[in-house]
Amino acid sequence: MVGYFQNLFGEGFGWFVAHILLVLAIALPVMALMAMSTWVDRKVWAVMQLRKGPNVVGAFGLAQPFADGIKLFLKETIIPSGASRAVFLIAPMISFVLALVAWAVIPFDAGLVLADINVGLLYLFAVSSLGVYGIIMSGWASNSRYPFLGGLRSAAQMVSYEVSIGFILICVVLYASSFNLTDIVESQKGAIFGMFNLNILNPLLLPMAVMFFISALAETNRPPFDLPEAEAELVAGYQTEYSSMAFALLMLGEYMNIILMCALASILFLGGYLPPIEWAPLYAVPGIVWLFLKVLFVFFLFAWVKASVPRYRYDQLMRLGWKVFLPISLFWVAFVSGWLVFSGHFHGSGT
Amino acid sequence: MTQAFIFYLLAGVTVVSGLMVISARNPVHSVLWLILAFVNAAGLFLVIGAEFLAMLLIIVYVGAVAVLFLFVVMMLDVDFARLRSGAARYLPVGVLLGAILMVEMLLLAGAWSSGAIAEGARAAPRPEGLTNIQAIGTILYTDYVFVFQAAGMILLTAMIGAIVLTHRERAGVKRQDPARQAARTPEKAVVLERPLVGAGVETDGGVR
Repeated sequence: MVGYFQNLFGEGFGWFVAHILLVLAIALPVMALMAMSTWVDRKVWAVMQLRKGPNVVGAFGLAQPFADGIKLFLKETIIPSGASRAVFLIAPMISFVLALVAWAVIPFDAGLVLADINVGLLYLFAVSSLGVYGIIMSGWASNSRYPFLGGLRSAAQMVSYEVSIGFILICVVLYASSFNLTDIVESQKGAIFGMFNLNILNPLLLPMAVMFFISALAETNRPPFDLPEAEAELVAGYQTEYSSMAFALLMLGEYMNIILMCALASILFLGGYLPPIEWAPLYAVPGIVWLFLKVLFVFFLFAWVKASVPRYRYDQLMRLGWKVFLPISLFWVAFVSGWLVFSGHFHGSGT
Repeated sequence: MTQAFIFYLLAGVTVVSGLMVISARNPVHSVLWLILAFVNAAGLFLVIGAEFLAMLLIIVYVGAVAVLFLFVVMMLDVDFARLRSGAARYLPVGVLLGAILMVEMLLLAGAWSSGAIAEGARAAPRPEGLTNIQAIGTILYTDYVFVFQAAGMILLTAMIGAIVLTHRERAGVKRQDPARQAARTPEKAVVLERPLVGAGVETDGGVR
């Protein structure tokens, strides 16, 4: 496709046009997916609470997210008088843009990836660690007590859980011997008895998968770790003062981050675009469908947790991050690397 | 051409945001400008093809160190007007330090020439199929392993020092032990007693 546009428009400009189109081809479906994910989320909670959930706008309430979006779009943007205007308006944009740029390195199928860079996983980690700025800036710029407390909580929470997420990623990277996400997916091909394409069935990676899931909940400020916006104490946390599109951008960014974490969990532990079982007829289904099903499954788990687990207290959250997850994941990195060296995993791979 | 344009864009933004760090009125804005400078420096690393260093710069400095900066600056509530009032008195010292640093750097830039080993390494053909991460790892964990370990020990010492300096043991603090809480059962926690009128009951916390 890049070659076609380069023939049409010349070397540099053609490359530019082709990549703009490729970016749109990823960004628009991701945004549509994000809109639908709010619907899935609400339907799952509703079913678990024996309610019907959104069912009025459109068939099965499918148009509900779009109705919400239009409503937010038509509202007035209110900027508090004491707010730091520029930071207040930039913060939602940052969280939205960061949630979107992370999708550049996600492999949707073998070879179907916008930027096939060799530090793909580090790029994702870097982008998700930048995500804290959207929240902390919006909390500070609102010049109000509740958002400020929410922003501070979220900064501490995300920094704490990033540490253990980093160690968990290293365990998977040790198995794949690469930071490239496509390589990580391919390394899971027949990883278990040459039959299953799932890292999660590996007994050494299963505990890491569970910890990654819990850390991802904390990293995306999802219940039971949604203390930055705990409505019982902080009204709505860092987004209290936001209205209209600024609020919509924060919300969109949050949900896109959640889907991104689901995609990352699918790629790291569930085999990404590979079918779960190494069996030729399953390869007839396109890889993007497998990835979508896996993302949907992890997203269902996210919604399930939200519907059924009460919120953590803040000191318990910090204890879990620093006193439980950090030592375990640190030990596990040493354990996995030791096991891989002594079981001869690295023979013949690279240097 | 494109590369030169991107370089000047990133370098320009880095310099401007560096200036804004010291000239912004609000300390929180200063930190935010600093973060912009970090991100652009990471972009400069990308331009010279050091993608691993760029990602590390963002993860370590922007993702962790700058967040803690921001955290502290937000909480401190610094009165900058008062700090600024004394700035003129320290200006000569600052200018002197800056001038010394600049002269040093100019001298260094004029007199510096790379050694024979570095020239040889640069002239050697690049190994095929070796990514930056593998190259850095190979060198860091073989040739420079002792330096690497020493750096680790220094950081560990600094960390322990910081903890020892700031840790206070306060008496009379009630702590929760989640393991003990989880192990509590009705058999251990609930006692049915039938005390005489006005006699009270013996508990862990004294006679009630």
